[in-house]
Amino acid sequence: MLRARIIPCLDVKDGRVVKGVRFVDLVDAGDPVEQARAYDTAGADELCFLDITASSDNRDTLFDAVSRTAEQCFMPLTVGGGVRTIEDIRKLLLAGADKVSINTTAVKDPDFVRRAAEKFGRQLVVVAIDAKQAAPGRWNVFTHGGRNDTGLDAVAWARRMAESGAGEILLTSMDRDGTGEGFDLLLTRAIADAVTVPVIASGGVGTLDHLAAGIKDGHASAVLAASIFHFGKFSIAEAKAHLKRAGIPVRDPMPPG
Amino acid sequence: MTQSVAVVDYGSGNLRSCAKALERVALERGGATIVVTADPEEVRKADRVVLPGVGAFADCMRGLLAVDGMREALEDAVRKQAKPFLGICVGMQLMAERGVEFGTHQGLGWLRGEVRAIEPRDGLKVPHMGWNDLDVRAGDPLFKGLPTGTPMYFVHSYALMPGEAADVSATAEYGGKVTAAVRHANMAGTQFHPEKSQAAGLRLIANFLDWTP
Repeated sequence: MLRARIIPCLDVKDGRVVKGVRFVDLVDAGDPVEQARAYDTAGADELCFLDITASSDNRDTLFDAVSRTAEQCFMPLTVGGGVRTIEDIRKLLLAGADKVSINTTAVKDPDFVRRAAEKFGRQLVVVAIDAKQAAPGRWNVFTHGGRNDTGLDAVAWARRMAESGAGEILLTSMDRDGTGEGFDLLLTRAIADAVTVPVIASGGVGTLDHLAAGIKDGHASAVLAASIFHFGKFSIAEAKAHLKRAGIPVRDPMPPG
Repeated sequence: MTQSVAVVDYGSGNLRSCAKALERVALERGGATIVVTADPEEVRKADRVVLPGVGAFADCMRGLLAVDGMREALEDAVRKQAKPFLGICVGMQLMAERGVEFGTHQGLGWLRGEVRAIEPRDGLKVPHMGWNDLDVRAGDPLFKGLPTGTPMYFVHSYALMPGEAADVSATAEYGGKVTAAVRHANMAGTQFHPEKSQAAGLRLIANFLDWTP
């Protein structure tokens, strides 16, 4: 049986983690390799790097961080943020990313997703959608880190992206992001039921029940969370145990060695 | 003498991830030189051969054939000299007779069977993406210490439909039985990614390095 995935997300700036989990025994808490290793040991099912580097001059530090992480961690790694060209994707893959997430560029140039999928295979093209409610049952797609309203209907956009070659949709509710009030379940379900590709729910997790609801009621295949893991509020193991109690299949990691 | 493992570089796949996982296992066990190579002679010289692959069947096959002399070197090393071989993901699919993806394309033809799309019906999500449990054939040397129920990381939209049930060493349940691993004489393949499956995946790689067909 396919297991529901729990995906912690790290914000990376100039190759350093700026918002990550406060693991107590890390030698260098700002080093993505250390954080990734800790999540690896904790049994995370995948890891997500979100590059928030402001200047494109510093992109090389991201490639270096991805490459050092991939050398140490044998779990799938998705990298997103600032992906603009096919060459950007190629560089991230060569550095060791397994999947690359595309957001603003997909809106600017919808054909970009098709070209990326044709070149690299759809399974490594993740389309990230930041959505905000515009009216009951209607959500708009936002870009540029949530600053620009594109006016696009998020459900129709998700369907179009899946048809163009997205292998997965990373869906963030901007209304819920950072609130701790839980996923926007109506939005998550509307999109998960509209597309045949897996959907990762993101934005709003504050409790372990929220994670379970994302899978059960939101119909997501995976749940992404940042802040509940960042400050040690919950561990990956606690999250998995909770999902298991809720009747959701999760993976018990094999002990190393 | 330490053994050498050639990871075939034909412009596809997560070569680095594959090589790193092999290097890690080799390091822990004190032996094996890992060579990522597009040189057919290196493939002929190696003790073991790994063929990674991600993307589309036809693209990968085209990429492999585009490396001058690589197909012949693989035939020599794997078929004539019977060196232990591991195909990963599309690398495994290429072992089949043909792939049916954007038309029909010839594979290496080392295994009977063909590669077909997983149909997204009854709410089944495609790609098949994430950790799924294996149903393992008892006694397979590549699954030593990896019993039925072990989850591995999958990401694929096409699956191998085997011509010979005896070639299948593991399956996973996803809208029916999906071929998760194959083994035929000195040739093995996994649809899942051992290099991305943490401790369980590294164990499979260790088993491959230990394997004497």
